[in-house]
Amino acid sequence: MNLLDIQHLKKYYATHKAVDDVSFSIPQGSIFGLLGPNGAGKTTLLRMITGIFYPDEGQILFDGKKFDPANDVRHIGYMPEERGLYKKMKVGEQVKYLARLKGLSEKEARQKIDYWFTRFEITSWYNKKVEELSKGMGQKVQFISTILHEPKLLILDEPFSGLDPINSHLIQEEIFELSRKGTTIIFSTHRMEQVEEICDHIVLVNSGKKILDGAVKQIKQDFKKNEYRVGVGQMPNPAQMATHHFSIIKTHDHAYTVKINEDSKTNDILSHFIRHDIPITYFEELLPTINEVFIERVKAH
Amino acid sequence: MIPVLIARSGNSEKRVAVVDDSHLFRDKLADYDKVHFKFLEAETDTLKRSYRDLGYDGLLHIPKLDIERPGGITYYSQGQMNIGMKSQLERRLSELIEEQRMQAAGIDKDKLKDIRTSIDIINRTGKEEREGSAKVSAAVGYVCGFIIYIVLLVFGMSVMRGVMEEKVSRIAEVVMSSVKPFQLMMGKIFGIAAVGLTQFIIWVLLIFFIYQGIFLFISPGEIQSAQAMQGGMGAGASQEMARNIRYIAGSINWFMIISCFLFYFVGGYLLYASLFAAVGSLVNEDPNDIQGLTFPITVPIIIAIVIMISAVTDPTSQLAVWGSIIPLTSPVVMMARIPYGVPDTVPIWQLALSMLLLVGGFLLTTRIAGKIYRTGILLYGKKVTMKEVVKWIGRK
Repeated sequence: MNLLDIQHLKKYYATHKAVDDVSFSIPQGSIFGLLGPNGAGKTTLLRMITGIFYPDEGQILFDGKKFDPANDVRHIGYMPEERGLYKKMKVGEQVKYLARLKGLSEKEARQKIDYWFTRFEITSWYNKKVEELSKGMGQKVQFISTILHEPKLLILDEPFSGLDPINSHLIQEEIFELSRKGTTIIFSTHRMEQVEEICDHIVLVNSGKKILDGAVKQIKQDFKKNEYRVGVGQMPNPAQMATHHFSIIKTHDHAYTVKINEDSKTNDILSHFIRHDIPITYFEELLPTINEVFIERVKAH
Repeated sequence: MIPVLIARSGNSEKRVAVVDDSHLFRDKLADYDKVHFKFLEAETDTLKRSYRDLGYDGLLHIPKLDIERPGGITYYSQGQMNIGMKSQLERRLSELIEEQRMQAAGIDKDKLKDIRTSIDIINRTGKEEREGSAKVSAAVGYVCGFIIYIVLLVFGMSVMRGVMEEKVSRIAEVVMSSVKPFQLMMGKIFGIAAVGLTQFIIWVLLIFFIYQGIFLFISPGEIQSAQAMQGGMGAGASQEMARNIRYIAGSINWFMIISCFLFYFVGGYLLYASLFAAVGSLVNEDPNDIQGLTFPITVPIIIAIVIMISAVTDPTSQLAVWGSIIPLTSPVVMMARIPYGVPDTVPIWQLALSMLLLVGGFLLTTRIAGKIYRTGILLYGKKVTMKEVVKWIGRK
C-alpha cells in the first residue's frame, strides 16, 4: 500500500524545468529519502506534495485518492527548508496557532502541546517569545509544531540543518519513533550520508529529473561492483597474489581490495588465501555508498 | 540642529540708522524683535557711505513726503534686504502714514474698528433650496479625503510590513502548508484593517469625550466672546456666524457622507492594501528594496491627495470629476466632492460609476496581487525585476 503516488509530475518555470516528469511511490510507513543536489527540484516537488504549488501536469494520489489540498493538508506535516516562526509571538501561542490551522480544537491543541513540551522538556518556554530562543531551541519548537497534529505524512526538508549534534540526535530518535507508530516520512536532503542512516526507500533527482528510486538495500545491491576487502595478518609475497579468480584493486596496510572475476565465487577468494597460507583477519563485501551511486548515475545521464 | 541655526542667523541683531526728512516718524518707529532704529540728523549722501563705519547694518532714508502720495523711501544695505524685514518695515510705515491721514481727515481710530466687518456669503444651491456653505462643505470634504489618504498610506504600509515580516522570518511557507497563499494574504489584509479600525475607533472616542468635556466646562457664550475678541469683530456678527455654522452643519446630508465615507474607506483600503501586500512579498532582506518597490503605489496616492486639495475648492472641474471616477484616486478625491451635495454637485451617474469601478478595481488588484504574492513570498535571496513580476501576473 502506497501512501503517496507521484505520477508524471511536471512544474515548469519561465527559464527552466524545475520538475520534469517525475514519478515515484512512497510506501505506507516508510522513511523515504528525497535526494538530490541543491537546485535539483526537491523543494518544488515538496511544495506540490504539500499543496502550495499546483503541478503544471501529472497528478498526485494521497492515500489512494486524488490529492485534495483543501482537506488532505490536515494529514500532512511540513517542515520547509526555509523555516521560521513569528518572532514576537509567544512559543506556546504560536504552536497552538499552527495546530489550530491544521484543524485541531483549542482543547486538543492544548493537550498535545502539554504532551510534547513535557516530552522535549521545554514546558518553561511556553510564555517565552520566539526571539528569545536560540536557533537550536527554535528548531525544536518548529519540529513540535510540525508533528503536533499527528500527520499521516511528515515531510522534513533538511531537518538537521542548523542543529547541534545533541538536538540532531534527539530529532532523529523522534523520527524513528514516529515511523514505528506508522507515520510515513519524507526526508529531503542533499547530504547523502544521512540517508543511509535513516531512510529505507529513496528517490534521486537531478535537474528536475528522476534518476533512480527504490529500497536503499536493493539499490546498493544493484550497484555493487563485486568488490571485497580481505584483511591479512601479514603481507604476502606479491607473486602469491596472482590468480584468475580475482584482481587486486588496491593494496592497503594489512588488507586488499579485490574485485571478483566473472564465474568465480567469494569462496574462491578465501580458498586462494588459505591455499597460500596467508592469515585472514576479516572478509567483507564492499557495497557502494548512496553518494557513489548518485555520482555514477548523474555522470551516466 | 542645523535648521535651528539657519533660522537664528536670519534673526540676528540689527541696527538701522534712520534719516527722516519728513519729520513724520520721529520716535514713532519703535524697535521690534532685534531691529533697533536710531534717528540721525545727517546728510544722507555722506551717511550712505559711512553708515557701516558707524556700526549700522542699514540706512533707512525717508525723504520729504506728500502724505497723499508717499514715495521714495529707500533702504541702503550691504547685502539683499531680507523679505521679512522688508514687509515689516512696509507695514509699519504704511500704518503710520494711515494714522497721519486719518488725523488729517478727522477720523477717530477706535470708531473705525467698530465699523469694520466681515461677511460670509450664504449660498443657496440645488432644487431643494438646501442651504449649503462652500466653506463647510470644503472642510468636511477635506477632512474625509485626508483621513482616507492617511488610512491608505498608513494601513497599506503596515500590511506591507506584515507580509515582509512573514517572509523574512520564514514563517510564510510553514503557514502555507495549512492555508492557501491567497488566504494568508487576505487574512493579513483583514487583520491589519481590524487592528487599525480598533485603534481608529479608540481615537475617535477619545476625541469625542475630550470635546464633550470642553463643552461641559465652557458655556457657548464664552466661546463666542472669545472668538469675538480674537476676530476683532462685533459680538453680534460672531453670534450670527455661530448660528449659521450650526444651521449649515444640520443641513448637510450626514447620512450620505458617512455611508460614502465607509464605502470609499473600505474600497480604497482593499484596493491599495492588496498592492502593498504584493510589494511586501517581493521585498528581500535588503530594506533598500522597499523604496523602489513602493514607489509605483505611493505615486497614485499622492496624486490623489493633490487632486483632492484642488477638488475641495472646485468640485466640478474636469480634474476633480475624473479623479473621483478613476479607482486609484477616487477614494480620496470623491470624498472631497460628496459634501457639496449629491446629486447637485456629484450627479448620480458619476457616483455610481465611481463606486462600480472601485469595486471592479479592488477585485482586479487583489487578483493581481494574489498572483504576485504566491510566487514572491516563497522566493528568497533573489532580486526580482519588474519584467518577471509581469510574467507572474500572466500565469494562470
